[in-house]
Parts: sequence; structure tokens; C-alpha cells
Amino acid sequence: MSAATTLDIALTVNGEPIQARVDARRSLVDFIREDLSLTGSHIGCEQGVCGACTMRVNDEIVRGCLTLAVQCDGATVETIEGLSDSGEVADLQEAFEQRNALQCGFCTPGVIAAAQDLLRRGGIPSRDQIRAHLSGNYCRCTGYHAIVDAIEAVANARVSTSR
Amino acid sequence: MKPAPFAYRKAFSLEEAIALIGANPEGRFLAGGQSLIATLNMRLSAPAMLIDINGISGLDGIVLNDDMLEIGALVRHAQAERSALIARHAPLIALAVPHIAHVAIRNRGTVGGSIAFADPAAELPACLLALDGEVVASGPKGTRTIKAAGFFKGLFETALAADEMLIGVRVPAATADTRVAFAELARRHGDYAIVGLAASARSTTSGLRDVRLAYFGVGDTPVRATAAEAALADGDVEAAVATLDLRPHDDVQASAAVKMHLAGVLLRRAAKQLREAQE
Repeated sequence: MSAATTLDIALTVNGEPIQARVDARRSLVDFIREDLSLTGSHIGCEQGVCGACTMRVNDEIVRGCLTLAVQCDGATVETIEGLSDSGEVADLQEAFEQRNALQCGFCTPGVIAAAQDLLRRGGIPSRDQIRAHLSGNYCRCTGYHAIVDAIEAVANARVSTSR
Repeated sequence: MKPAPFAYRKAFSLEEAIALIGANPEGRFLAGGQSLIATLNMRLSAPAMLIDINGISGLDGIVLNDDMLEIGALVRHAQAERSALIARHAPLIALAVPHIAHVAIRNRGTVGGSIAFADPAAELPACLLALDGEVVASGPKGTRTIKAAGFFKGLFETALAADEMLIGVRVPAATADTRVAFAELARRHGDYAIVGLAASARSTTSGLRDVRLAYFGVGDTPVRATAAEAALADGDVEAAVATLDLRPHDDVQASAAVKMHLAGVLLRRAAKQLREAQE
């Protein structure tokens, strides 16, 4: 019963099929950044606390630092580059800029991914619900208020345009 | 930091997983990985092999079996949070799950992993103890059940043998007279609790009986405060607070004295929840 320290994986990243050979210990976010050169997902704490590496795997947001690349064999992964290029989060990006919901921007890709995860469920979440959904994303610049404002504004705008 | 190198093997059956751990005593099971991978990244542990159990089917069910609710080891926290069966038959767990970490972590973290990891500040081990639940473990000699009271042995230490795997937990299904309460204090919602309390009781015409108070974040394991339970069953909340039989130690979050104070605060809140549910 052998086990390997290096394995072949096949997955879809931002719509593109990818085949790669990875070390078993390679985290998903390291694989995305180092092997695929998609550096929008950031690495902060590497222990699941800060949320800078938040990305979508099989339609659910996960911690890129607490997921192994080998576990994503067969998975569909969407990073901030994918969410951005498809236009899915264009309104969030615009609102973040308009409301100064970012300063250094380090946390922003993870925050946008978490915010979109909430907003795609539909409806207008309360400010408390927005804060609860973003509880796993640290921002050290803004104090969060402008982030909540931006997400709330987008939630309102999306609901009114869908009417 | 990055983990030390390890080998990886995905198991597709319970038998395969148990055979693998038997042949690789330096291996560890990988379920949700939300605690394990963090400890690997920080090099607090360096197993020679990870045995990924996520490919084993049949471990992600939530089933009511007679008067017991069975929750499979691979049930994700997010799945438990959405489960109508858990909301109805294990309302204490439904109250606790939203306090477990954050959305992205609840999407992957598992009920079985949380119980087997036995973090003394985690919510689910305390819930299992408060509910007088049991753990189902499988090993080369077959399957056995272990009562929660005898399962949590020490800091990150359980009654599981080295070649056993936790395959699920069972809790008695709530009845009409079941009352539960849950409260915790953390610096940020979703962080490990400074102190937390999972409580259950039975309601009678004259008050509460079978009060079970399981605290977490106040010792090496989840612990019951049995003297306070008796006082609360007698209907005296302040006596229960005064007699709180806990012995927390200082940790990075708070001193023992602060934890004792907060344990009393949580007891008053939980007593209120139990009482309100009774009315």
C-alpha cells in the first residue's frame, strides 16, 4: 500500500483545464500562485485565520491555505482572476473603489470572493449578516465600515435591477 | 510556513482507510483538514502520511434512527448548519454550529474531524458531552461506541485507538421536554472561544432536571460543572454561579480569573435561555 509524495492532478481553474504534477504538501493557494502564476489570491497567515486566500472550489468558498492541491484533483476552482474576468464581481469592484472600501488592497481579493458568496444567494442581507459572512476576512486598513457599505450598496443595486 | 514533506493516499473505503492506518502508524486521517493542515503549515505536527478519507462514501449522512440522531463523520459544518433533522432533533448542535469558525472553514470542516481532533476550545466536543452523546469508531476488530464522557481523555487526546477511525457520532434525539442553551465569548465571531458553554436539561412542571453544563475553553477537555448543574436544577442561578466547579488555567486569551468570571456570565445567559425555552 504505497502512497506518493508527488501526484498528478487534473482540475479546472477559471474555466481552463489544467494538468500538473504537485507535491502532496503543496497548498492550493501556493499551487495557484507559484505554479499557475495567478497571484491575485494572497497568502497572509497560512493558518486559516486571515481569509486573504479565499477562493471558490466546486462552487463553495474555501481557504486556499487549508486545502491541499492534491485534494483538488477533479475540482473546479475559481480565483479572483476568474471572478474578475467573467464580470461576475464587476459591480463589487466598482463599489469598493467608489466607497474607499480598500486601502492597501491586500485583503480585497478574499473579501470580494466572500462578499460575492453571500450576495449570489440572493436578497438583501442585513449589515449584521454581511459582517457575519465576512468574519473570516481580516482587513487591517479600513475598519470594515466602508466594506459593509459597499457590499450593502451592491446588494440593493442587484435586487433593484433584477426587478 | 510550509508543511514538512508527507506522503498522500486517498482511501475509497473504510476497510482501506483502516488497513492504511494500521500499516502506517505515523499517518494521520485527513477529513476537512481545517485544523490539521493549519498545524502542518505551522509544523506543529509532521505525519509521514496523510490518509484522505473524503472519498469514502456513506460517511456524510444525517439519519434519525429510533431515538438517536446519527451524524456521519464527513458531515461538513455547513451541511449541519442547513440540516432540518439537526435543527429539529439536535437543536443544541444547530445553535453551536454558526459559532464554528467562518463560512469558508465551515464549508470544509467536518463534524467527525472536530470531535476526533478534540480541541478543548471547540464547540462540538462540548455539545456531545452536554447531550450525553456517543462516538462510533471503526477499527480492525470491528465497530464500537464510546460515550462522550469517556472519550475526551486530555489535551487533543481521545479514547480512539491508533488504528481506529471515528465514523460518526450519535446523540439522543430531542423530546418535547428537552431544553438546550449555547453561549460563548470570543474576541471575533468565529474565533476559538475564550470560554463557551453548551447546556441541556429536561423541563418538568416544577423546574429543570438532568441539567448538564459542558464548558469549553476552560481546561484540557470539555468539562462538566456538576455542582453548578445541581444548583441550577434546584432553581438557584446565583448559587450555581457561586458554586461553579471549574479550574481553568491562564492561556493566551485570558487569565484563569477572567475565565472564571466569564464562565459565570455565560451560566446566567444559558440559565435564561433554558428558562425562556421552558415558558
